[in-house]
Amino acid sequence: MADAVPHRDFDPLSTGSFRQRILSKTSVYMALTIFALGYLVPLVIILINTLRPLDEIVRSGFIAWPHDVSLQYWGEAWSTFCIGGTCEGVSRFFKNSLMMAVPATILSTAIGLVNGYVLSKWRFRGSDALFGIITLGVFMPAQMTLLPWAFVLGKLGLSNTISGLVLVHTVQGLSFTTLFCRNYFVNIPDDLIKAARIDGAGFWRIFRRIILPLSPPIIIVAVIWQFTGIWNEFLFGTVFTSGANQPITSAIVAFSGSGTGERHYNVEAAAVIMAAIPPLFIYLVGGKYFVRGLTQGAVK
Amino acid sequence: MRSQIEAGYLHARGRWLADHMPQIVLIPTVFATLTYVVLFSLWTVWLSVSASTVLPDPTFAGFHEYAALWQNKRWTVAYQNLFLFGLLYVVGSMILGTLLAILIDQRVRFESVWRTIYLYPLAISFIVTGTVWRWIFHPQTGVELALKDMGWLAARFDWITNRDLAIYVVVITGIWHASGFAMALILAGLRSVDGDLIKAAQIDGASLQRTYRRVILPVIWPIFLAVAVVLLQFAIKTYDLVVALTQGGPGVATTVPAIVVYDLMFQRGQIAQGAAAAVMILLALATVLVPYTAYTAWRRSREGAHHG
Repeated sequence: MADAVPHRDFDPLSTGSFRQRILSKTSVYMALTIFALGYLVPLVIILINTLRPLDEIVRSGFIAWPHDVSLQYWGEAWSTFCIGGTCEGVSRFFKNSLMMAVPATILSTAIGLVNGYVLSKWRFRGSDALFGIITLGVFMPAQMTLLPWAFVLGKLGLSNTISGLVLVHTVQGLSFTTLFCRNYFVNIPDDLIKAARIDGAGFWRIFRRIILPLSPPIIIVAVIWQFTGIWNEFLFGTVFTSGANQPITSAIVAFSGSGTGERHYNVEAAAVIMAAIPPLFIYLVGGKYFVRGLTQGAVK
Repeated sequence: MRSQIEAGYLHARGRWLADHMPQIVLIPTVFATLTYVVLFSLWTVWLSVSASTVLPDPTFAGFHEYAALWQNKRWTVAYQNLFLFGLLYVVGSMILGTLLAILIDQRVRFESVWRTIYLYPLAISFIVTGTVWRWIFHPQTGVELALKDMGWLAARFDWITNRDLAIYVVVITGIWHASGFAMALILAGLRSVDGDLIKAAQIDGASLQRTYRRVILPVIWPIFLAVAVVLLQFAIKTYDLVVALTQGGPGVATTVPAIVVYDLMFQRGQIAQGAAAAVMILLALATVLVPYTAYTAWRRSREGAHHG
């Protein structure tokens, strides 16, 4: 992850005697390492258990040294594991989540870009009030929208479909993407737009020629934020879809939440890791932008 | 002649379109957002005072579902849990986040590696987080079994199945998930503090702890406030984490308001009472966010007045 914040010209530990300095440096690194283990170990434990045979896990639990390791449980988890009555493994739900998150991310980001452009550079009477209402969507608890959405999706014939989830996530995501883009475009000098208008450029031309070329950073922020948020979402997926149409988060709860029946801890662990991989990958690749999205999306 | 008029008409229409393009492109969003934010909210509020049971019924029935909700044991437990969980989760995440931010602020090597490690839980879902920690906390799969396997047969670590302690399992897992977020924002805050201020404190002979406690941390208190507000918001909306971790159990020991809403609406066929519970969640959020938004707006306008 690249640095999101600049270094300050201040090194508090460089003061004091040589011995003191060594001592304080060592303790800082020790503390950092202990905390790092606290964050890493839980996931590493689960990762190790994707390789262990079931009888070993049943006997000694998840926190134990692996003896026989095998990659076969990953294969089972992906393609043959039975979840909610279908024995097609996690792959089916993984695809569902992709089919849900990718279109919803693209749609909400594209519309959010244009919205942000209008609300920052083409303000009209009432546009600030509109922006206020749009940002309210960021804070709306999902519980307030469940029953109306269920009704609307039913009327549109989108109950229990991935398309229905795409619609729900696009509408909900618009608030975030509009907020991100508007706050980003506000910092583009108005003179740039004015000059282009004097030259006869219209609404779309200015968007294509001036705004879009300046947009990659905020597009990346919006895409990362939307994709991870939608991929990780659970409540809408559970309420509006069932069985084979569920996203991966609901599928995980479907197999791991049921207290009855035979457990397949190793296969389940592999499935859980699979659900974590896409957002983790995006986080590791685009970490700088992830943090930027956090600070902008969360605090505003 | 005719084609000229037509051309003129088309031209005028083209002009009108061009002039109103900004409003036109906003129409889908305005429609969607007004539906989602305004209409859906009013709809759910209406359901909460309707005679709905298993199916929605628009007949007005008064506010008795709110009264019934507060008589509902599950709901009162959920609300108490929200206070306990919210308090410990917010305070815990902020203390840990501050500590991590200060550690990273000591000019450490590989700073971005440390930050990446502390923040990664935020990227994975509550469902994955909850499932992972359930396996670790559960006596049949986790720490307790590992201790027994190592020969300590009397080992006991069964918080997750203990009515009185299970809520702390939710708190610990929540802090694990969110403390990196607090760290990231607080670290950005630490870095924004004027270097001269710190140098002055150092020249005055202030120790490291003193410099942080008396000089740096007080300056960035608006960041602490912002982090607290965001985390409180997370706490009020908490749902998936508890579902994956404890499913609200054992019994109702770790039930939170969002679980009660789902349960009433979709499991028990008490739509009106479920809607009432959803409205209570909205009110809780508003209690946190409205004063905060008003306060930041006031502060911004004051700052604007100072600089202008």
